[in-house]
Amino acid sequence: MKNSPLSTRFRIPASFGSLLGLAVVFLLFSLWAGPPFYSRYNQVTMLTQSVIVAAGALGMTLIIIAGGIDLSVGSMIALSTVVIARALLAGAPPTWAALAGVAVGGVCGALNGFLVTRLGLVPFIITLGTLLIFRGAATGLSGEQKIDAPITWLNEMLTKFPSPSWTLVAVGVWLTVLLAIAVAVVLRNTVLGRHAFAIGSNEATARLCGVRVERVKLYIYTIGGLLTGFAGLMQFSRLTVGDPTAAKGMELDIIASVVIGGGSLSGGRGSVAGSLAGALLMTIIRSGLSMKGVPNWVQDVLTGVIIVGAVTLDRLRRESGGSE
Amino acid sequence: MPAPYRIEMLGLRKAFGATVALDGVDLCVPPGVVHALIGENGAGKSTLMKVLSGVQRPDAGRMLLDGDPYAPSGPLEARRRGVVMIYQELALAPHLSVAENILLGIEPASRGWIRRRKLEEQAREALAALGHGEIRLHAPVSGLSVGAQQLVELARALVLDARVVVLDEPTSSLAAADLSRLFEVIRRLRERGVSVIYISHFLEEVEQIADRFTVLRDGRSAGGGLIGEADRSRIVEMMIGRQISEMFPRLPHPTGEPVLELADLAAPGVRSASLVLRRGEIFGVAGLIGAGRSEMLRAVFGLLPVRRGWVKVATVAGPGSPAERLAQGVGLLSEDRKGEGLAQSLSLADNLTLSNLKPYLRHGWLDRSAQSRAALDWVEKISIKAPGPRVPVFSLSGGNQQKVALARLLHHDCDVLLLDEPTRGIDVASKAQIYELIGKLAQTGKAILFVSSYLPELLGVCDTIAVMCRGRLGEKAPAGEWTEHAIMTAATGAREAAR
Ligand SMILES: Nc1ncnc2c1ncn2[C@@H]1O[C@H](COP(=O)(O)OP(=O)(O)OP(=O)(O)O)[C@@H](O)[C@H]1O
Ligand SMILES: [Mg+2]
Repeated sequence: MKNSPLSTRFRIPASFGSLLGLAVVFLLFSLWAGPPFYSRYNQVTMLTQSVIVAAGALGMTLIIIAGGIDLSVGSMIALSTVVIARALLAGAPPTWAALAGVAVGGVCGALNGFLVTRLGLVPFIITLGTLLIFRGAATGLSGEQKIDAPITWLNEMLTKFPSPSWTLVAVGVWLTVLLAIAVAVVLRNTVLGRHAFAIGSNEATARLCGVRVERVKLYIYTIGGLLTGFAGLMQFSRLTVGDPTAAKGMELDIIASVVIGGGSLSGGRGSVAGSLAGALLMTIIRSGLSMKGVPNWVQDVLTGVIIVGAVTLDRLRRESGGSE
Repeated sequence: MPAPYRIEMLGLRKAFGATVALDGVDLCVPPGVVHALIGENGAGKSTLMKVLSGVQRPDAGRMLLDGDPYAPSGPLEARRRGVVMIYQELALAPHLSVAENILLGIEPASRGWIRRRKLEEQAREALAALGHGEIRLHAPVSGLSVGAQQLVELARALVLDARVVVLDEPTSSLAAADLSRLFEVIRRLRERGVSVIYISHFLEEVEQIADRFTVLRDGRSAGGGLIGEADRSRIVEMMIGRQISEMFPRLPHPTGEPVLELADLAAPGVRSASLVLRRGEIFGVAGLIGAGRSEMLRAVFGLLPVRRGWVKVATVAGPGSPAERLAQGVGLLSEDRKGEGLAQSLSLADNLTLSNLKPYLRHGWLDRSAQSRAALDWVEKISIKAPGPRVPVFSLSGGNQQKVALARLLHHDCDVLLLDEPTRGIDVASKAQIYELIGKLAQTGKAILFVSSYLPELLGVCDTIAVMCRGRLGEKAPAGEWTEHAIMTAATGAREAAR
């Protein structure tokens, strides 16, 4: 209150903890694993690796802030890769195929939003259902097998050696960064974004104040779906095939990224910077550990510990910080 | 020709299942008039106002706004047409900032982009109009005290050019100092020709601010008229159908050994509090909103960390968690019944017995009928108006929810009761019942720490009173030595000069 004027003027952003954690973890691994870890090559590799989860986390951030959850994003990503591969096979130009992949995510998201607002069931249940529906649709559409698509520039979107070389990282990384900025601006500066926060924070109040809760939720799920569709495009770019089994369980990585980044599953809290930091953090840990030859099961245990630890730390920081 | 009435509500009916909340109510308010709406808990006041503000649709009846038909499809349309309501339950979004809460739903925007500067400007103006320009616009409201939160809500009404402003028990959590400021705002609205509908359980306030009044009883209007022409006992009779013999029944109760001691206690919001509470004593704590009274109770109950000093319960000194405190026989009634007092979707009986289920266990099984019987017992004792023990708490009226929260604490059978604004939102007749109950508890040797912003009840019920000011608890003195004036001076900081 009055005794901490500093902390009121320079409010610590919600993403501070995860950004700090990211820096610390990066430093620790650099010391432990040495140059192979912090080499430019490995940095670029990790950045490209984290793009899919990061893109998915952008959409999930919106949804979680509005007090929702979307368990179907992994299936959406798979469906999106299948649609892109099918479109390419059918002779569509790469740009159109890519747009189709993003659009199918938007349609899936809109369906989730529609069901959540119309049926009045909790999003956990609805999206648990659509998780199976979308996965089934992907499998059916692909004829239960991987679809080889002709090689196009779409497969270059996540390359580690971009050309021209002054672009430093692949175009997919840049697109993700642009989208992240866009989502952050939407959250901060638009009515839609602020209403998403309001709904996650106190839905009844938002309703009493005349916020069109249903419409906002529908938009949020749809935008989330579009961003997931983009994640699907990135997945396709990496795999170069349409794979109905792709991204199984990735919804958990995506949700974990948002939560590590300061998102609250009860809504009202979350940030784009935090979620991106969360996605990077998970990639760095996996990459660093496998570089040191740590067995997979240990990696899993450690990742789990880190998720719980990060959220606990964030909570402690909020309780003791007393910036309010 | 302009319509003589700003708002006309004609023959309104509304039922919730078998409960008839409104049974053909008429209410007409001219422009520039403050109209008080009074009645027992559960009489239908809030429901009537929810119909007016578009939250609920009436089953029958119609409304006119300035002579035009008015049937809002939702709260947004009502707000757009100039009907603004401040709800009985604080309704804020805790993660949003003060400014964003004030303008929630009506943010100044062009093509979906928020115009931040305008938003802050409007919010600042609204707070300044309330005389509370000091509230920080960027602070998240979760960090504000209940009183400050209410000011934020009031500011919400002022940003719009309102034609009708409804205040549903705006003062149930405001301290006296804020009250005069609120009244000033209301008078300003009246001068601008706004119709103000004012719901309150404090008749002295109603007499002070309102021009006319209507009494609701069981969903019907039971009378009304000009405030100047009605006396208080007449109004009470209209409300409950009988007179109240005594508002503050005094029961003799001897005090015994100390059961709760605080020595130089410091906690977040509390700078220094020392007190000795004895068995059979009713100890009142007065003070302004934000003086640290609630924080003191919460620190004692283990909800806030103790930074310095100690708490001694009976003979055991040291900090304790809420569960330990309950085991030691210390119970707390929170001032925030919606946030932490009650499990809204659980039934009345479940809520009432939640903290003490043991008496209803038979070989590990819950005896639901015994639980219901106990609940009915309390429903009787403090006149909770509810269709049955198994209705969910959210379907009860505000005052009746408060009664459930209080009943749970009383049911828990604590030796030391920490009561934070226990009669908030409770009607006159039930208050008298509760005061009597508190007196009886003291008679049986319970000790009560009674925090309240309603000075008449502190002076009428307590044995001793101390005043808290800016985190410091002053010396206690017998209630007979205090006057309202002396308490207010002490609360605002001019402590010793007044006594
Ligand atoms: N959503 C609901 N579902 C069921 N019953 C309800 C609901 N809302 C109100 N009621 C019932 O309608 C009646 C009137 O309630 P209302 O809230 O209007 O009372 P009130 O006059 O505002 O009382 P108080 O002084 O306690 O605030 C009560 O019996 C209450 O139980
Ligand atoms: Mg009410």
